[in-house]
Amino acid sequence: MWEALDDFYWTYQSLIHGIGVNGILALSVYVVLAVGQLSLGQAAFMGVGAYTGALLSVKFGTPFAVSMAASAVVPALLALVVGGPTLRLTGVYLAIATIGLGEITRIVFLNWDYAGGALGLSSIPERGGVPAIYGTLAVLLIGLTLVARSRIGRAMEAMREDEAAAGVMGVNLPRYRLVALVVSSAMAGVAGCLSAHVSSFIGPNEYGFEAAVTILSYALLGGIGSPLAPVLGSTILTLLPEVLRPLADFRLMVNGLIIVLAVLFMPRGILPWRIARTG
Amino acid sequence: MLEQQLVNGVVLGATYALFAIGFTLMFGVMGVINLTYGVYFALGAFAALWSTQWAGLPIWAALPVGALIAGLVAVLLDTLLLTRLRKAKAPELASLMVTLGATLFLYAGMAAALGTEIRRFPAEVFSGGAYSLGDVRVGTTQILILAAAIVLMLALLALVRGSRIGLAIRAVAENPDAAALMGINGALMLRVVSFLSGAIGGAAGVLVGLNFNAIQPFMGEHMMLRGFAVIIVGGLGDLRGALLAGLLLGLAEVLTAAYLSSTLKDMIAFALLVATLWFRPLGLFGRAAAKRA
Repeated sequence: MWEALDDFYWTYQSLIHGIGVNGILALSVYVVLAVGQLSLGQAAFMGVGAYTGALLSVKFGTPFAVSMAASAVVPALLALVVGGPTLRLTGVYLAIATIGLGEITRIVFLNWDYAGGALGLSSIPERGGVPAIYGTLAVLLIGLTLVARSRIGRAMEAMREDEAAAGVMGVNLPRYRLVALVVSSAMAGVAGCLSAHVSSFIGPNEYGFEAAVTILSYALLGGIGSPLAPVLGSTILTLLPEVLRPLADFRLMVNGLIIVLAVLFMPRGILPWRIARTG
Repeated sequence: MLEQQLVNGVVLGATYALFAIGFTLMFGVMGVINLTYGVYFALGAFAALWSTQWAGLPIWAALPVGALIAGLVAVLLDTLLLTRLRKAKAPELASLMVTLGATLFLYAGMAAALGTEIRRFPAEVFSGGAYSLGDVRVGTTQILILAAAIVLMLALLALVRGSRIGLAIRAVAENPDAAALMGINGALMLRVVSFLSGAIGGAAGVLVGLNFNAIQPFMGEHMMLRGFAVIIVGGLGDLRGALLAGLLLGLAEVLTAAYLSSTLKDMIAFALLVATLWFRPLGLFGRAAAKRA
């Protein structure tokens, strides 16, 4: 029995890791979408987190916990810088700024010789694994569910539905926007650090525009009615290429098609139900 | 060598400005950041390439062919993707995400169908040669690019600013409902704008393909970052702003590459973008009433 389970784990190791990491990424984009904003920088924040954590582990031999903490803080600081203007402006501007940010981080990693340049960073020590990944995912799921059930969740939903009305009712829009962006980038950074420490290799081209869109498609497929929805979306989209092997080459096309169909015909995702509120 | 760099910068900037003018027209009238715009860029370049390769057309004839095909695809995509959302008066974010999904689909599809290797215009398309003005050498390709960009831009500006169709387009941009009450066919105008901006994007693709002599499916993706920078710096939806900001970006990139480093060159667009968002969010020509959301 245990042997069979062990075999299963070794065969599907990367898939098991991938589902958990992508679940965290789905939650990170959910946090921004939940206040009615669109960030296409999740992949960039993930990359910054991955490089921060991996560089610390490889070059300085820091304990895993320190790498993890740093991989949350550095992307959060970056989000503060990029997100500053969004205190005044929203929507399209944030989307554009974050697309630009993604391109720039790729160029930086590509040209930064200390971080391996185009070759990327290899032989990152294997840390964390399944317990760390799924532990983080569980903590975030519970935490975000509690937030969604509280007064804060009500304010977030109000912002998403009608920003002007929410503002009139006294929701501090700029603060919510900025906090959402910073929290979400920290989460994406942690996801990057976790995935770097299980795959033991990272490269500059893993965190480009396509990765950003893939992350967005998790939340669009699942919906953003509750934190569970985007995680379900990411699980389906991570498993899909494995289940439909012949489809694997067209993964990006399928992701694109899913986004188009989801927005046009299923605007609330496959888990449309909203969370019950207590506060 | 400064003069030479200035010439190169103006030529590059003209293509950026042309690219951004179609992009910003689309945004200004429809209120939607249409990310499929980068696709028209590559489509125009490929259509022109094929018409030189298979039909043996000279480049001055291949340029309109590329523009025409990109324009038609733009109308088709706009109808497929955005009509439904427009009817439902869906928020801007939904439109942005639909075009995002479509872009991903189209890029992956084009890469699968066309291959990702870099293609070039046949050598006989270039009539080679260069003119010298003192120390400055100006290639015939550069002259062609600059001339085509200026003619296309003037034609578009004349159309939007000085014709009845342009008046109708501006009316739709200002207030679609009021325009409809005045007897303007809004759906038709949106199709005209889609065609125009798609065609401009396609033409820009042909010219950039000529300038770098490299055509591949993802060439628009690289360009979109510059497009964003140019329309934000110029002011969303403003044609004059796009023109000026395009030239500014072209010059800044060429000068940075020449005197600082080519790595920094790729970051100029983003630096301009963030600086504008920080210090003058409405852009060079932005009006206080510019729509935001």
